Amino acid sequence: MSTQTTANSAEVAISAQVSILAKQQSVRMQVFWLLAAIVLAVGLPFVSNDYWVSIGTRAAIYWVLISGLNLVVGFAGQLAIGYVALLTIGAYTTSVLTAGKVIDPISVWLALPIASVMGAIFGVIVGLPALRLRTFYFAMTTLGFATIVTQIALAWQSVTGGGIGIPGPEMPAPFDDNLGFYYLCLGLAAVCTWLTANIARSRFGSGLIAVRDAEVAAEACGISKSHLLIPVFVLAGALAAFSGGLFAGLQTYVTPDAFTFELSLLFFISILIGGRGSIYGPMIGTIILVILPEIAAPLAAWSTFLYAFLLLVIVLAMPGGIAVLLDFNNRRPLAKHRTVAPETQMLAALNPHNRSSNNSLTLQDIVLTFGSVRAIDGVTLEVKPGKIHGLIGPNGSGKTTTLNVISGYYSPNQGTMTFGQTALPAGLPHLRASRGIARTFQTPRIVGEISVLENVMIGGATKGKANFLEALLAMPKEKAERKALKDRALALLAVVGLGSLAHIRTDRLQHSELRFIEIARALMIAPDFLMLDEPAAGLSSDEINKLGALIQAISACGTGVLLVEHHVDLIFAICDDVTVLNLGKILAAGTPDEIRAHKEVVNAYLGG
Amino acid sequence: MFASILAAGLAAGAIYALVGITYNTMYSTSRVMSFTAGQLGMLGGVFGSYFILKLGLPIIVGFLATLVCCAILGYITELVAVRPVLKSLEQHLYVLSTLALALMIQQVTAIEWGTEPRPFPKLVGWGEGVWDEKFWIPVVACALTIIGLEFLYRRTLVGRAFVAVAEDNFAAQALGLPERNLRVASYMLAAVVGGIAGFSGGELLLAFFANGALLNFYGFVPVALGGLGNNRGAVIGGLILGLFQQAANFLVGGIFASVAVFTLFIVVLLAAPQGLFGSAVARRV
Repeated sequence: MSTQTTANSAEVAISAQVSILAKQQSVRMQVFWLLAAIVLAVGLPFVSNDYWVSIGTRAAIYWVLISGLNLVVGFAGQLAIGYVALLTIGAYTTSVLTAGKVIDPISVWLALPIASVMGAIFGVIVGLPALRLRTFYFAMTTLGFATIVTQIALAWQSVTGGGIGIPGPEMPAPFDDNLGFYYLCLGLAAVCTWLTANIARSRFGSGLIAVRDAEVAAEACGISKSHLLIPVFVLAGALAAFSGGLFAGLQTYVTPDAFTFELSLLFFISILIGGRGSIYGPMIGTIILVILPEIAAPLAAWSTFLYAFLLLVIVLAMPGGIAVLLDFNNRRPLAKHRTVAPETQMLAALNPHNRSSNNSLTLQDIVLTFGSVRAIDGVTLEVKPGKIHGLIGPNGSGKTTTLNVISGYYSPNQGTMTFGQTALPAGLPHLRASRGIARTFQTPRIVGEISVLENVMIGGATKGKANFLEALLAMPKEKAERKALKDRALALLAVVGLGSLAHIRTDRLQHSELRFIEIARALMIAPDFLMLDEPAAGLSSDEINKLGALIQAISACGTGVLLVEHHVDLIFAICDDVTVLNLGKILAAGTPDEIRAHKEVVNAYLGG
Repeated sequence: MFASILAAGLAAGAIYALVGITYNTMYSTSRVMSFTAGQLGMLGGVFGSYFILKLGLPIIVGFLATLVCCAILGYITELVAVRPVLKSLEQHLYVLSTLALALMIQQVTAIEWGTEPRPFPKLVGWGEGVWDEKFWIPVVACALTIIGLEFLYRRTLVGRAFVAVAEDNFAAQALGLPERNLRVASYMLAAVVGGIAGFSGGELLLAFFANGALLNFYGFVPVALGGLGNNRGAVIGGLILGLFQQAANFLVGGIFASVAVFTLFIVVLLAAPQGLFGSAVARRV
């Protein structure tokens, strides 16, 4: 037995080392590719002709838009298919202002920022439905918006020149020739890459992915969808319109038929080909899609068909896109027969309990009905700090529903909830984490496409104080914050026994490991109160024992734990109090010994 | 002017309602909103013009041939763009796959049929002014389609099977209903309704490839107004949309009419995300 444990821990240590080495190697690869890309882009004019320089300019301009759209589509998972509308707005705003159609002509350096502001405003307006509605509605809104913007550009002749169009802005020297304009666009594209990569790396980026793939868990971690999406829509809209201004500069004459829906498709599909949640993938996708029609000139009329066909193939055959092909780190096989080995003694140092330790959670006569079904029927219970409170009962007795009421996913019809000295308002799930309430879910709600470490870091969302602008510019405050979050997440992964898997993509892990990731995520805020929803389901008996020890260590730090479980052995082994539910009502409440002896409980649930 | 608004509004509204029903019929058996709905409406006009004006077939034969072609496309939609992505419905891949198919249909039409609007044959030759048949054929077609669908859903076994699958897919399968075949059938039925929308509105919208994108959006607004899967809501929503759009068209002019429709769409969606006649929110946790 003991030799096996040593062998296991040696294996774990080795795989941890391998994982860190692989991480370093992949960072070095990234730097190499980045340098290669810069050399290629800067050197393009010296090895080719004007024609290819203009294609390069176009790719750079598109990337300014796509880099922002990537946050909306690739990270937030919002299917914005009509972004050509914002490009159109930017192009016309810049051209109209520099041509002096409405006011006296102004400099292009002033017109571009004004266009960006316009883009930001419309970006948010079009994005509003995404905050509340299903995916398809948002896709439809952006499509509808793209349709009407073109119609307006055609019909509003006094300003846009209608079908004849208006001259595009003239760039001042030294950007007035092909080469100068190319380097300007290239530089701007590089800046946009840096800005959006900053957001992607920050808590905003991981928050967007969390909202995309595990919205309910994200809310429980204190992430508010609208707080996250609105600045992203502002940024993406501003970049799109800015790109439109540059696009107009490329056109010399701006007409409505320059803004076909095909362009929208190009933007959108570049991101999907590149892969969601990646920066480099979509960049490669953009370059491929810009070059594709050039090298397949006879197919020019069919380019929309080609793009659409590509889209279908990607969706059906490789939903991960290019980014998955580039992800060398996750190609290495994982160690087999892994067991989770929590190291609970390290927890006390991480969870110094400096909050007022009398934050008891109290439910008083909670009633919740679905139609005529009384799912919870007058439940009263109290979870004291530092205690483990078991909640058991047959399927459908209202255990998980009780947790959902406490978490704010359901508003009870009657009854009151208090936490510490203050009432806990019904609803508002995203405000629980900031009050020190955390939870796990019956089916682990984890983001599969990001690393284990990033998943755990999502739990610390409410600790982030740096705002969107600070994240955008990668200010020191934001960096320090991220470092602190990362250190804590790594330490917590070691506590739950998953330290060696920190940099592995989460969807490669086994089910029992996901349960421990959820616990680590919940511990990020050093919660005063923790709800665990069937954490032992699907675990081996050895893992259940370790889980029990972990839960005891958590409560020893002063956290009150509400534990919903079907493994009554675990409940009786570690709980201080137990409440038994049946058909939404409390059947019994007391110490484990009292419950074990309770006649009705034995009849209804435990079995004799 | 009031009569013109009424005639044009009801006609446009009936077409939008029919496209809305196309969306709903596909949605009911698969929980998928398909971008091909508007394209089917467009094809109803294009096929009609092709069969009757270009090939010179009798109107009734041309009509039936149009519906058959649309039904085949409905079958292809289910096979290519819907069935492969049903496994992972929560990832919304269907938005992309149906969009891709819709764009392929549109592009092929643009290349094979041309990018200019082409005439659609006069079907009966009745009426003039506000009583011109082009305004009233869509209205009659919409009414007949609704009566036909109600009959199908209430009086026939197949129709009841549709309703069962729409109500509870798993329970219907447990009862032994051929869920996959019913889904295929509902896509073909939806495509026929879309074809009727395009054919009956052909004299108004002409045979024009760009109608697809237009009908995609204007056909979806009634669904959003009326609530997903609610055909009665779609009809009421469609007629409201048509009248509103045409009133704005006559009163403030074309571009502002589309701005007004778009604003209405966003405001209603934000105020009543489930639509004006929709049902309660789905459970999340």
